Amino acid sequence: MKFLAARRRNPLVAIGLLLFALIAVGGGYAAIANVQPAQAAVDSQSKIEEGNRLYLANCSSCHGMDAQGTANGPTLIGVGAAAVNFQVSTGRMPLAAPGAQATAKESPYTDEQVAAMAAYVASLAPGPAIPTAEDLDFSNADVAQGGVLFRTNCAQCHQAAGQGGALTQGKFAPNLMAATPQEIWEAMATGPQSMPIFSTATVPVKDKQAIIAYINSLQNAYSPGGLDLGRIGPVTEGLFLWTAVFAALIGAAVWIGIKAR
Amino acid sequence: MPGQLPHADVEHVLRVADTDPKAARRAERQIAGMFLLSILLVIGFVAAYVGIDKSTVVYIPLFGDVGAQTIALGITFGGAILLIGGGAIQWAKKLMPDVEVVQMRHEQVSPQEATTEAAGHYERGKEESGFARYKMIRRTMIGAMALFPIPLVIMLRDLWSGPASQEFTPAEILSTTIWRKGERIVTDATYLPVRPEDLPVGGLVSAVPASLEEVQHLAGNQNARGKAAIILVRMEPNEIVSQQGDGWDYQGILAYSKICTHVGCPIALYEQRTHHLLCPCHQSTFDLADSGAVVFGPAARNMPQLPIGVDSEGYLIAMDDFAQPVGPSFWERSS
Repeated sequence: MKFLAARRRNPLVAIGLLLFALIAVGGGYAAIANVQPAQAAVDSQSKIEEGNRLYLANCSSCHGMDAQGTANGPTLIGVGAAAVNFQVSTGRMPLAAPGAQATAKESPYTDEQVAAMAAYVASLAPGPAIPTAEDLDFSNADVAQGGVLFRTNCAQCHQAAGQGGALTQGKFAPNLMAATPQEIWEAMATGPQSMPIFSTATVPVKDKQAIIAYINSLQNAYSPGGLDLGRIGPVTEGLFLWTAVFAALIGAAVWIGIKAR
Repeated sequence: MPGQLPHADVEHVLRVADTDPKAARRAERQIAGMFLLSILLVIGFVAAYVGIDKSTVVYIPLFGDVGAQTIALGITFGGAILLIGGGAIQWAKKLMPDVEVVQMRHEQVSPQEATTEAAGHYERGKEESGFARYKMIRRTMIGAMALFPIPLVIMLRDLWSGPASQEFTPAEILSTTIWRKGERIVTDATYLPVRPEDLPVGGLVSAVPASLEEVQHLAGNQNARGKAAIILVRMEPNEIVSQQGDGWDYQGILAYSKICTHVGCPIALYEQRTHHLLCPCHQSTFDLADSGAVVFGPAARNMPQLPIGVDSEGYLIAMDDFAQPVGPSFWERSS
């Protein structure tokens, strides 16, 4: 103590004090602040191993032991976690039966299993990532602009009201009325099956949010005039006319002409 | 009685209201009830118009969520008008006389004297006018009347004329678009320029020329977009079987016209795995990996391809206009 007190007026004391203060404040902040690791951080090794095990058991017969692809299934290297999440959580994969295209069904996996498989495939090569909650937040999106974008990019396959449409030779673009924002995002980013890929460069995050907001408004839309007859327009409306309405008109004509009792 | 038609010789069956006075009164009450209900529905219409908020949504089984006011207005007004007609019909059916009567008709065929007289008039007219005799008059008259519509046809053909400053024929207008060498490609609706690395393999972008916004603003119409709309697709370079020109792609990115060569519907339905472009109107299918050749459907010609490259800043540009007119065939088109 006498040693330090004797040198308290030394000019080096100021530098020493400054260093001490910086270290104290910086270290204190680091200790109490809950700093997240970088988003691109690799998932925990155990999750990837779990995903690998699930992959080998369920997917490798068609997609290859190292996900390199076989005659029965394309390579999964580079498809990204988003593709796995979309295909497996909607039940399209594992493929139930060969046919024109894989159809959505009840997924046999839990969310953790899907996440593990996605982590495994993502670890093979960089690819589209699963969207974050911030990505999927469409509360501030411009719904009208979403409508413009939907009609430019989506309506030709999925129909103007998102009811789905036919492609060639048995393939189809599905109905969007039950699609969650995450599924919509992942489908746009990964281009499943016949669907083209709408990357972040050509359809930026804001535009994707607008499209999701528009589809959401379609899902919540009520039908002001009554029966919407499937919202696909003239075909169902014409059928209704030619059957029910004509039957009613003929019935009315018969009633008018027939002799009363 | 004068004006009354004679009764027909058929067995007349009496209605219940004819024989039973209680039934007749019941029918009267029913018909009056229909008119009364119509009045009530009209009152209901006014109440629904004034009282129900336009945005109210109500759930009706089988119908789902529907607009409350719309349904109420429809039922009340439709019911009111139907009941007026229905009441009138019931009145006629149940209470008004329903006796079968005979209505006489004359024979359709004219009497013989009239036919002979008419024939005589015609023959005399032919004879006195000399129509058969004066061959020169007849032939020149027919010639004059036959050639008379020709000025009309010529005037119709000449109906189109553009503004005085514009010298182009319709064929010339249809044969060119606003694409030029160096014209930047931008996304449709959002007008963002496109870099090659923005488009992944299997990607699809609907695109227009960068100058389209200004052209449309100056012209006040969308005619330029109707010819210049394109789609950009990307595939692996080794998947491209053939193109309409050497090196018209850029590292696997191909630009094709969006306008179907059949009747002109814009096509954006692209299946990335098969590289097929399917027109929704008549299902013409084009294989974009094979010079846009028609693989199905009524289109007779390939989809025109636009040659593309990149500019000094790395954005995709057109290298030239289309080599053929886009869209459906027209008379002056060479193929």
